[in-house]
Amino acid sequence: MLSYALRRLVGAIPTLFIIVTVAFFLIRVAPGGPFHLERPLDPQVMENLLKVYHLDKPLWQQYLLYLENLLRGDLGPSFIYRDFSVGDLLGSGLPVSLQLGGSALLLAFFLGTGLGSLAALYQNRPGDYGVMAVAMIGITIPNFVMAPVLTLVFALYLDWLPAGGWGEGALAHKLLPVFTLALPQIAVIARLTRGSMIEALRSNHVRTARAYGLPGHVVVIVHALRGALVPVVSYLGPAAAALITGSVVIETIFGIPGVGRYFVQGALNRDYTLVMGTVVMIAGFVVVFNLLVDLVYALIDPRVRYDR
Amino acid sequence: MSPVAAAKYANVLYPIVNAAEIHGGALPTSELGVVALDDRTLEITLEAPTPFFLELLTHQTGLPVHRPSVEAHGPDFVRPGNMVSNGAYVLADFVPNAQVKLTKNPEFHAAEEVRIDTVYFYPTEDRSAALRRFQAGELHSNNDAPVEQVAWMKENLGARFRVAPYLGNYYYAVNTGKPPFDDPRVRMALSMAIDREFIAEEIWGGTMVAGYSFVPPGTANYGAPAIADYHDQGMIDREDAAVALLAEAGFGPDNPLAVEIRFNTSENHKNTALAIADMWQPLGVEVTLLNSDTATHYAILRDKGDFDVARAGWIADYNDPQNFLFMVESDNPGFNYANYANPEYDALMDRAAAETDLEVRARILFEAESLFMRDLPFIPLMYYGSLSLVSDKLEGWQDNIQNVHATRWMAIRE
Repeated sequence: MLSYALRRLVGAIPTLFIIVTVAFFLIRVAPGGPFHLERPLDPQVMENLLKVYHLDKPLWQQYLLYLENLLRGDLGPSFIYRDFSVGDLLGSGLPVSLQLGGSALLLAFFLGTGLGSLAALYQNRPGDYGVMAVAMIGITIPNFVMAPVLTLVFALYLDWLPAGGWGEGALAHKLLPVFTLALPQIAVIARLTRGSMIEALRSNHVRTARAYGLPGHVVVIVHALRGALVPVVSYLGPAAAALITGSVVIETIFGIPGVGRYFVQGALNRDYTLVMGTVVMIAGFVVVFNLLVDLVYALIDPRVRYDR
Repeated sequence: MSPVAAAKYANVLYPIVNAAEIHGGALPTSELGVVALDDRTLEITLEAPTPFFLELLTHQTGLPVHRPSVEAHGPDFVRPGNMVSNGAYVLADFVPNAQVKLTKNPEFHAAEEVRIDTVYFYPTEDRSAALRRFQAGELHSNNDAPVEQVAWMKENLGARFRVAPYLGNYYYAVNTGKPPFDDPRVRMALSMAIDREFIAEEIWGGTMVAGYSFVPPGTANYGAPAIADYHDQGMIDREDAAVALLAEAGFGPDNPLAVEIRFNTSENHKNTALAIADMWQPLGVEVTLLNSDTATHYAILRDKGDFDVARAGWIADYNDPQNFLFMVESDNPGFNYANYANPEYDALMDRAAAETDLEVRARILFEAESLFMRDLPFIPLMYYGSLSLVSDKLEGWQDNIQNVHATRWMAIRE
């Protein structure tokens, strides 16, 4: 399994290279540059800025320069947050996003599979309809609506929780953003689990387990749920990468200093290096999580083996 | 001024001897017209009498930095722990997008007068979120507010929601290099037909003030600005006059004028453009709207791209009419989106720059602004207002035209 993981990681290098190359040229095709601001710049100021950041060089030279720095682990300076490098920005934002996204992911996984299994066990009964109705709401109400509504209720009317800010990671500051971020994921996971659980409950191996007279909860948890989790796990890979690399909506509304907003801000500000930094980061996470998913398959499905 | 530092506001200090040459790389920094005569005396030599120079020194480029720490840390001198400053507060902590924390500076010359010990600045992109945090008591003040909730804030927040005049102008730049917009009559007609009061009140909720001059009223070193003479005429008379002007320029029902309005994407810029398109309709003007993101929009304006009329805004760096009127000087390509080139205007601006008598200078600048209002390279629409949320607990807040609010003068009431 280890050699399989290594092979996969090495195989990801060309993928990352292509992503970096495409992203590098795509962002530069966009009209305007990092210094086309609402407040105009004097031509001499503009010239000096371009020179300092090597933006006056031909594009292919900038590209080679970027690759060279990237190989040394240097993501370059940010053009907009001029006192910070892209490495500084991602370095200070990523732990926050990891906490936020990781908590949301755990919450979504446990609540989602739990609710989905319940719905499957009580298929077409009130419990099922209830869970699926809530799931539908979770999927259809976008989080830019959910977040302000939750803040109004819990921070302004009830005055239980803070309305925003990160509070250096205090639990009270995390509750609303984690829940808002997890809600649509809970809904998706619950629906996925319900579907595959219903199928698993009718499958031969579960029928056999029941015929052996195993207790109901053992059948459900050990035999049915394990197989039912395969589609959930496939979904979790990309979902985890997306959650952990931050959510621009949640971060903006709750004022959380994560990395999610850098992607959007970077693109809008034409902060080329910042966009590239986030692209590299997200691509890295997607590669790693897809690999993890494949490895987890082997754990939950005995038919999958990578050692051959 | 060193070109290597690539300071964005370097040109603000061009009035200093050799500053422009140094920033252009033609001279070494040692040639700058600034000398420390002794520990407590700084001598600055200027290229020309610059009556607004004291105002200019209030800009952030006029703040002193601590030489040994800059030399020791290079660009990192701005980091907490490295930064040495002489103000009422010192930098304790700076986490990007999270907070800036300041603590009282015990070495400050008036430290005993400073009543707030610690200040947190939270960057909040989402104005509605900032309003909620303000309501929850998490913020004592916020330097912006959601424009779409003005009516609610006026009703529910009372004096805690404040709108003050601001040194800025929201305008439409007209491409004076492109026919038929090179015809001042066309520009005048377009300007006359705009009901600015409607836009300021209905679209911007009274957070902007209808603007009939480029320099906002209340600007220092100036009297009353050159207000357009049609500002007190009724809209119907103005429309008639505009139709007549357009007819003179050769446009009418048979030959309608086509105008494309460009703006950077934002709900209120869009509503403003829609309202103006509607106001131009009675003139038989056919309007198309085109929006793009901020970087694209300003890249097109700056690089002299093809446009007819484009939205822009300017907030002054220092309180002086020159900081508005210099924008359309013909040798100012970075700011002169309209490509306006009028030797008479340039000559007036040069004369004003050489004039030391403030009253005479104000008259010359007024003459220049009158030319501006006659030719309308930019069509001024509104003077900006500054929006603030200020808690009842915060004492010492003073509305002012530069929207500067130093914590040094404030206190928190328990």
